[in-house]
Amino acid sequence: MRSEFILKLLEKNERIDGRKLDEFREIIIEKRPIERAEGSARVKIGDTDVIVGIKMEFGEPYPDAPNSGVLMTGAEFIPLAHPDFELGKPGEIPTEVARVIDRGIRESETIDVEKLCIEEGKKVWNVFVDVYPINYDGNLIDAGSLASIIALKSTNIPTIDKDGNIDRENLKNSLPVVHTPITITIGKVMDKMIIDPTFEEEEILDCKLCVATTEEGKVVSIQKIGVGVLTDDDVDQMIDIAIEKGKELRKLVEDGKKIVKPKTKANKSRKG
Amino acid sequence: MMKTNEKMIINGKRLDGRKPDELREIKMEVGVIPNANGSARVSFGKTIAIAAVYGPRKLFPRHKQESETGIVQYNYDMATFSVDERKRPGPSRREIEISKVSRLALEPTLFLKNFPKTTIDVFIEIIQADGSTRVTAINAASLALADAGVPMRDLVVGLSGGMIDGVPIVDLCGKEDNYCDADIPIAFLPNKNEITLLQMDGRLTPKETKAIVRNVLHVGKEIYKKQVEALKKKYSE
Repeated sequence: MRSEFILKLLEKNERIDGRKLDEFREIIIEKRPIERAEGSARVKIGDTDVIVGIKMEFGEPYPDAPNSGVLMTGAEFIPLAHPDFELGKPGEIPTEVARVIDRGIRESETIDVEKLCIEEGKKVWNVFVDVYPINYDGNLIDAGSLASIIALKSTNIPTIDKDGNIDRENLKNSLPVVHTPITITIGKVMDKMIIDPTFEEEEILDCKLCVATTEEGKVVSIQKIGVGVLTDDDVDQMIDIAIEKGKELRKLVEDGKKIVKPKTKANKSRKG
Repeated sequence: MMKTNEKMIINGKRLDGRKPDELREIKMEVGVIPNANGSARVSFGKTIAIAAVYGPRKLFPRHKQESETGIVQYNYDMATFSVDERKRPGPSRREIEISKVSRLALEPTLFLKNFPKTTIDVFIEIIQADGSTRVTAINAASLALADAGVPMRDLVVGLSGGMIDGVPIVDLCGKEDNYCDADIPIAFLPNKNEITLLQMDGRLTPKETKAIVRNVLHVGKEIYKKQVEALKKKYSE
């Protein structure tokens, strides 16, 4: 019933919460909410609420990159965040979310990993990016990617004390973050393109395309998600949307301000 | 317990400047997770716990259902970035034990027989840890249950007590937790003075142990007042 209503509205280019098709919900950014982590950020997009924390640990480099630090991204779909999230087994969806967020950062060469070498071939910094949805109402990849880049930019590298241990009380240099990749997810349903779908809207989408772009206007990662199909024209249009909306979100990262879109009449709690 | 030569109490003041009986700054907010039936975020100093309650809802798989009563499922989880050295995701032995004792800390306040075949799921995420995480989580869980409208005999208050340099203290921070003579997490129903969780690690005389327990029940009344305020705040807005 509800999904039919959503579709009916979309035919008229309207959305259930009053937004335009190419409009984000209100976005609120909080920098370093976890002071004890090396870096962190909280991003709320509407009712989707995500915390990302960064930890730095010693690790071994890969044999083919003996002087490069290693980036590792994980997503924990904790059952606190949504009635459908279950305990245990990281299923294919959390794994895909983590990998898509990871690729946006990795492929854009956002972190200058060569600056994370401690001892060539033996010891490098591992950078762990852990994404925790606290409340899930759609568009987790955009929210998680945005929180990840803000968290990385807030990260300080621990010092190493005279015994060779990690000293997290003294965080000296900031992590070398040289780009600002932004991932935008575009949903397709019928012949309509929408951005920032809510959970309800995600349910009715034919498919989604996640596109990460950089400030230089490069496309660095793409993932098609869902059973529907896309034409070449669709892909063209989606990439253009990702570039344009990427600029909007990148401004938020750079200004470091919370952006409050005009409140739509919209949603609120589904508790009823 | 580890030993340190560092003095943990100097001129009657603790490492962070608190008096022995003083709580850290406490923040409580109810209704922080729209998807949940009830939720709360509680911080004691730098320790931050978020709790979500889903239920009472039908329990699956069905063979786990109890025909005469509802059950509580409690999951305590620490975020990977909540501690100094990254915690591996997934439950550790410590988290499994804490989940069990915390579940039993809440059950006595609930009327589970009124909800046969159901489960009340309580999910905890510790997003930053600086000592006393299990009791901070229980305070959040208690508020989340009340927020979910689950009938309760009383709220449940959690507070840790301990002994440092021979002085009884409350609300241990992480460093005190590491170096204290004893650590005693307690949960209780404040209006009935009924203890629902009691653990102890350390080395104390019987007299000292008894005194710390009484002291925690006494100081814990302050936490109860803050819980009531936090609940009223949500419903007066």
